[in-house]
Amino acid sequence: MSGVLYLAWQYLAYNRWKTTILVGSIMLIIYLPVGLNVVVEQSGQHLNARAQATPLLVGAKGSPLELTLNTLYFSLDTPELTTFREATSIAESGLAEAIPMYVRFRSRSQPIIGTSFEYFAFRGLTLADGRMPALLGEAVLGATAAETLGVGVGDAVVSSPETAFDLAGIYPLKMNIVGVLEPSFTSDDNAIFVDVKTAWIIEGLGHGHQDLANPDASSAVLNRTADNIVANASLVQFNEITVDNIESFHFHGNLDGYPLTGVIAVPNDDKSGVILMGRYLDSEANNQNVRPRDVVEELLDTILTIQQFIVAAVFIVAVATIATAALVFLLSLRLRRREIDTIGKIGGGRWHVASMLLAEIVIVLVLGCVLAAGLTALTWRYGSAIIESVVMA
Amino acid sequence: MIEIRNMLFQYGEGDFRLDVPSLQVASGERVAVVGPSGSGKTTLLNLVAGIARPQSGDVVTVGQKLADLDDGATRNFRIRNIGLVFQEFELLEYLDVLDNVLLPYRINNSLELDSQVRQRAAELLKSVGIGHLRDRLPDHLSQGERQRVAVCRALLVKPPLLLADEPTGNLDPANKGRVLDILVDYAAANDATLVTVTHDSNLLSRFERVIDFSDFLGRAG
Repeated sequence: MSGVLYLAWQYLAYNRWKTTILVGSIMLIIYLPVGLNVVVEQSGQHLNARAQATPLLVGAKGSPLELTLNTLYFSLDTPELTTFREATSIAESGLAEAIPMYVRFRSRSQPIIGTSFEYFAFRGLTLADGRMPALLGEAVLGATAAETLGVGVGDAVVSSPETAFDLAGIYPLKMNIVGVLEPSFTSDDNAIFVDVKTAWIIEGLGHGHQDLANPDASSAVLNRTADNIVANASLVQFNEITVDNIESFHFHGNLDGYPLTGVIAVPNDDKSGVILMGRYLDSEANNQNVRPRDVVEELLDTILTIQQFIVAAVFIVAVATIATAALVFLLSLRLRRREIDTIGKIGGGRWHVASMLLAEIVIVLVLGCVLAAGLTALTWRYGSAIIESVVMA
Repeated sequence: MIEIRNMLFQYGEGDFRLDVPSLQVASGERVAVVGPSGSGKTTLLNLVAGIARPQSGDVVTVGQKLADLDDGATRNFRIRNIGLVFQEFELLEYLDVLDNVLLPYRINNSLELDSQVRQRAAELLKSVGIGHLRDRLPDHLSQGERQRVAVCRALLVKPPLLLADEPTGNLDPANKGRVLDILVDYAAANDATLVTVTHDSNLLSRFERVIDFSDFLGRAG
């Protein structure tokens, strides 16, 4: 038997390109439906778990999917903006706890989440190191974010400009890391959490600068009247919030009008939830209320339908591939007629020749299956990360 | 060593008929088979080797009446007792020189491949001057080198009977002599029987007897 396997292997090795194509084809027709199923199953679990844990979302009218993906999974696509007034209104209604979410900025590839202290309790996030943010400009990192950026408590992260060449745009803000969270195996692991006011400072809605009443800043004064001081362009604006300059940071206007990407509403009970949802049924309302589980269910239904189409297409391709492989094999038998005759003339048994040919097929199938299994295992291992990156993109 | 009695062979319903009333080749004899193309020389070798079976008559090879053996037993008998050399070498392109020589041991369970066999194969290759080519594929060999590999494959099991079908037909004069020397020397050293089909009249002096297949033409259709 070893002689048969040896000859089969030598033949396949000699015809390595033909073998590679056959093994690759077998691998693909096995892996595509199986790997796709793994991805869909994992994405279903991943998306569902978080959606089930989030009762209601409130945001500006627009795409419910965009609102859900941004608020729950911190996707890059920013939904229509609502205002902080909406969060205040929900909280003041007494129907639900309102957690403001402002998911718009990034530090390299990690999303910066402007939220309130309640978010950590709501998601059950606990500290692995340090403390929760207490001051403007302080940040707490998810476990993966800290690992990816290679930072920890005592270090700092800098927000990325929205557009690299927009001089009039948002300047980077340096934020001090005061805590790192335990892994939760959710999107929170990738995030950088700051107070929502810090997020507004990143946007430039709040800022800190030299005190113009201070004689040291006199060169920055363009015009001074009894009740107003106009600064010129030389005024130093702070891009880091420190104990020394925190007092200079301030917001202009009413905070109620400041932007949010969404609000997580946690109703006090079922009745409160229904009442809250009823408030947004008015077609004239500027905001919408969505149940994430419904949105995700709809998304998964769409994914499932696409998966079925893909599996059907793969099945057709698989049949064509197998037919082609069989044809290649039969044609190669004709080409190998002389070799087979020679083996027979020398004294090789019929069984040996048949076994050798069968061994070639089995080796190709086994290699294809092993590679497909390897790819499936990789998909299983890294599927969540892939889904995460796809959703975030 | 070879005894044929009243043998009749015909390919299907075709015109070709090989009718050999009697033919004997003694043990250790070196015989050349000559004759015009299509006279049945190759068919005779196939019948003696048990590759083809006659419609009637007896073929006894190395003391074995081939009609008494079924297909599997014939193959086992052939691989242990008959060394076959072909005009077109018939090497497997995907095996290197050493593996081509070892081929009989990989295609039949009645032979066991061990280190002694490997050593013998290597020595055979050295003895015919191609020991240094053992790792090469047949594509990278000259015609003469290929035929020497094919001869080593035939000699590896130390067969008492060598059947060579125009072994020098595709070789230049220098290689013709060399390949024939190897076959004749082996036969002489091992008291083996050598039956060679050839068209080359210059080589006939190396054989003890010449069977002219023109003698059978009257009976061949």
